[in-house]
Amino acid sequence: MAAASFTAAKFFAPVAARSGGDRAPLHASSSLWPRTKPAPRLRTALAVSDVLSGNKAAPAAAVHPSATRDEALELYEDMVLGRVFEDMCAQMYYRGKMFGFVHLYNGQEAVSTGFIKLLNQADCVVSTYRDHVHALSKGVPARSVMAELFGKATGCCRGQGGSMHMFSAPHNLLGGFAFIGEGIPVATGAAFAAKYRHEVLKESGPDGLDVTLAFFGDGTCNNGQFFECLNMAQLWKLPIVFVVENNLWAIGMSHVRATSDPEIWKKGPAFGMPGVHVDGMDVLKVREVAKEAIERARRGEGPTLVECETYRFRGHSLADPDELRKPDEKSHYAARDPIAALKKYIIEQNLATESELKSIEKKIDDVVEEAVEFADASPLPQRSQLLENVFSDPKGFGIGSDGKYRCEDPLFTQGTAQV
Amino acid sequence: MAAASSSSLHATAAALHGVGAAASSKPRAAAPGARSVRVAAAARRSGSVRARGGMVARAAVAVTCLVFCIPFFFCGRLLHEVLLFEALREALIEEMKADPTVYVFGEDVGHYGGSYKVTKGLAEMFGDLRVLDTPIAENSFTGMGVGAAMKGLRPIIEGMNMGFLLLAYNQISNNCGMLHYTSGGQFKIPVVIRGPGGVGRQLGAEHSQRLESYFQSIPGLQMVACSTPYNAKGLMKAAIRSENPVVLFEHVLLYNLKEKIPDEEYICCLEDVEMVRPGEHVTILTYSRMRYHVMQAAKTQVNKGYDPEVIDIRSLKPFDLHTIGNSIKKTNRVLIVEECMRTGGIGASLRAAIIDNFWDYLDAPIMCLSSQDVPTPYAAPLEDATVVQPAQIVAAVEQICQ
Repeated sequence: MAAASFTAAKFFAPVAARSGGDRAPLHASSSLWPRTKPAPRLRTALAVSDVLSGNKAAPAAAVHPSATRDEALELYEDMVLGRVFEDMCAQMYYRGKMFGFVHLYNGQEAVSTGFIKLLNQADCVVSTYRDHVHALSKGVPARSVMAELFGKATGCCRGQGGSMHMFSAPHNLLGGFAFIGEGIPVATGAAFAAKYRHEVLKESGPDGLDVTLAFFGDGTCNNGQFFECLNMAQLWKLPIVFVVENNLWAIGMSHVRATSDPEIWKKGPAFGMPGVHVDGMDVLKVREVAKEAIERARRGEGPTLVECETYRFRGHSLADPDELRKPDEKSHYAARDPIAALKKYIIEQNLATESELKSIEKKIDDVVEEAVEFADASPLPQRSQLLENVFSDPKGFGIGSDGKYRCEDPLFTQGTAQV
Repeated sequence: MAAASSSSLHATAAALHGVGAAASSKPRAAAPGARSVRVAAAARRSGSVRARGGMVARAAVAVTCLVFCIPFFFCGRLLHEVLLFEALREALIEEMKADPTVYVFGEDVGHYGGSYKVTKGLAEMFGDLRVLDTPIAENSFTGMGVGAAMKGLRPIIEGMNMGFLLLAYNQISNNCGMLHYTSGGQFKIPVVIRGPGGVGRQLGAEHSQRLESYFQSIPGLQMVACSTPYNAKGLMKAAIRSENPVVLFEHVLLYNLKEKIPDEEYICCLEDVEMVRPGEHVTILTYSRMRYHVMQAAKTQVNKGYDPEVIDIRSLKPFDLHTIGNSIKKTNRVLIVEECMRTGGIGASLRAAIIDNFWDYLDAPIMCLSSQDVPTPYAAPLEDATVVQPAQIVAAVEQICQ
């Protein structure tokens, strides 16, 4: 594996700080973007990964990170699971089995797989509304996610959360948030708890601190909570990695129309942490950068900001007509499909045969079909479930006029108590 | 003006917690081993007979209580005098010693000791991580509290002024209130959100806010307001131990109230009200600082022959409809006195709840005295006109008792 070491103390002047792979010209979708390269800004305050090379020609020659057969197949299977699952979601949505706002992850699988497959069970993931695949990568069973999407009682959140609020305590998936940016403080708090456990409670895992990954998009990087948390995470050296899934679009708002400096990775060094840009359509490159960032955090060296250049093949949600993105931008990224790229790598490196990969795909098809059958067959939540989880301690509903706690009212467990 | 009012608060507090009128606090101090809050609460709700007005009767009660207390004094039912902010601090220290997952954070809570000295000395005792000075980022550090709570810690989030927590509204509403539910019960959020609020002494509009009305609709949140050193300590401890997110409203003008509180450990029930002064003619429901304006007005009312029953509702969400209901069934008249704004305030909700549950017992429309729907002015006479004053309470009682 090519080394990708970076430390906060290393400062390199940026020339064209991009990892390998053609990047769609930023001005493809906006006439406001200057045609010439902007004048170099402050060249001193940067920390970048060795993966990023100094000039445009170099990326092609850079050593591509490698993987063993087992690693590659694990990654392949996870990405295929994400893709097939999301495609099934679209089908089920149009068949009226799931409702509301559903945001699909097609095209971004390399980021989820590249990062999350490196985590332990005790590490945490915090996501946004585009969270199905983060849940799957973290180990939440496909049937639990599908049942949740169908709004059934067997869903991972008992049907109470839905598409945008996937949670799993056993898998340390801390949400699923509908408002962008609001998961980042939660992730920062989980990282704080890891540090607290280590320093105050004297509990440590054998590998070091438990790490938290916060996933969010380009739009979020203009939000106050993002900056506030970059500051606090670095200030207290929290074991967190901020993973930006820059897919260039926040619904219909192009990233370059919303952001004064669209190069998000540069915002890390402004807060004293490394900022790294990586080709988010290549799972092995993502994995390489992720490994370094996660291990940094585990060692207690603090946070990293990783900007993944990625793309969503579908609209923002299933309700989005997706009319603003240009066809040539879409086809550019379709040609960089992370699953196709990994498949090509596996075949070319002779890590597995075509038929082995096909059998993985078949296996995943079966898993997802079974998930749909399970979700279909599962019961809807009963009325009795309505009030159960409002409070962890249901005494919070207070004392009724008869002097008893309202949660002691038999109607409470039927979900019809007057609270 | 400031000195006179604050000394009247002290005087009122002293009158409240002097032997005669403090019959309500006696069962707590006197009942041996009454750690169980439910025991004390049940005793209160059974509506035991109390002394009625009159100097002689009061003196008789005083002597009886004193005699009753002497054996307990020798049994170690010792009291110590504290100011309200010290009571809060005692609660923090006790809970942080007992449970290492409890920690405090907010702006200037650590090295500065808290802008109202509630956390003074805690950083030296527990270290910088357990008494964490945060940068000025309310929304994000409140969210951090939520994340840490989800991972098993028990954060106490201080808003330097409750008004600043408006910046944290996203996290309080969406995450504190909701995550237990949207996660299907998988994660609990046992946070305490506390800080000084209410109208102070010419602090200006933005430092004189009453957020109880803004937070009261958030499902999944409990809200309590403390008003005496005794209930401040008890409610703080209960809030920290609660598995639910609790907002504890303190008042800027009440931090220097003095009271003798038990040495022995105690907690207050989060969902209960506090009977301040039993009476027959009208039920006055109040909370926080207005309790003292009500008690000041009560003195005048008693001289005029009225007998108000004063209840400090303490639990702003949920309401303890049992004690409130029993009181209404007895007096048939309700006056609500609050510092909250008129529109959408606690009083408005309380009125609706009373009408829903106790309509048949009312002999008169419910009166509600609230603050004006006005950004609190800086100028002293205008500020005084914004909140409810004792004279208005006296007039309201006269009106409702006609």
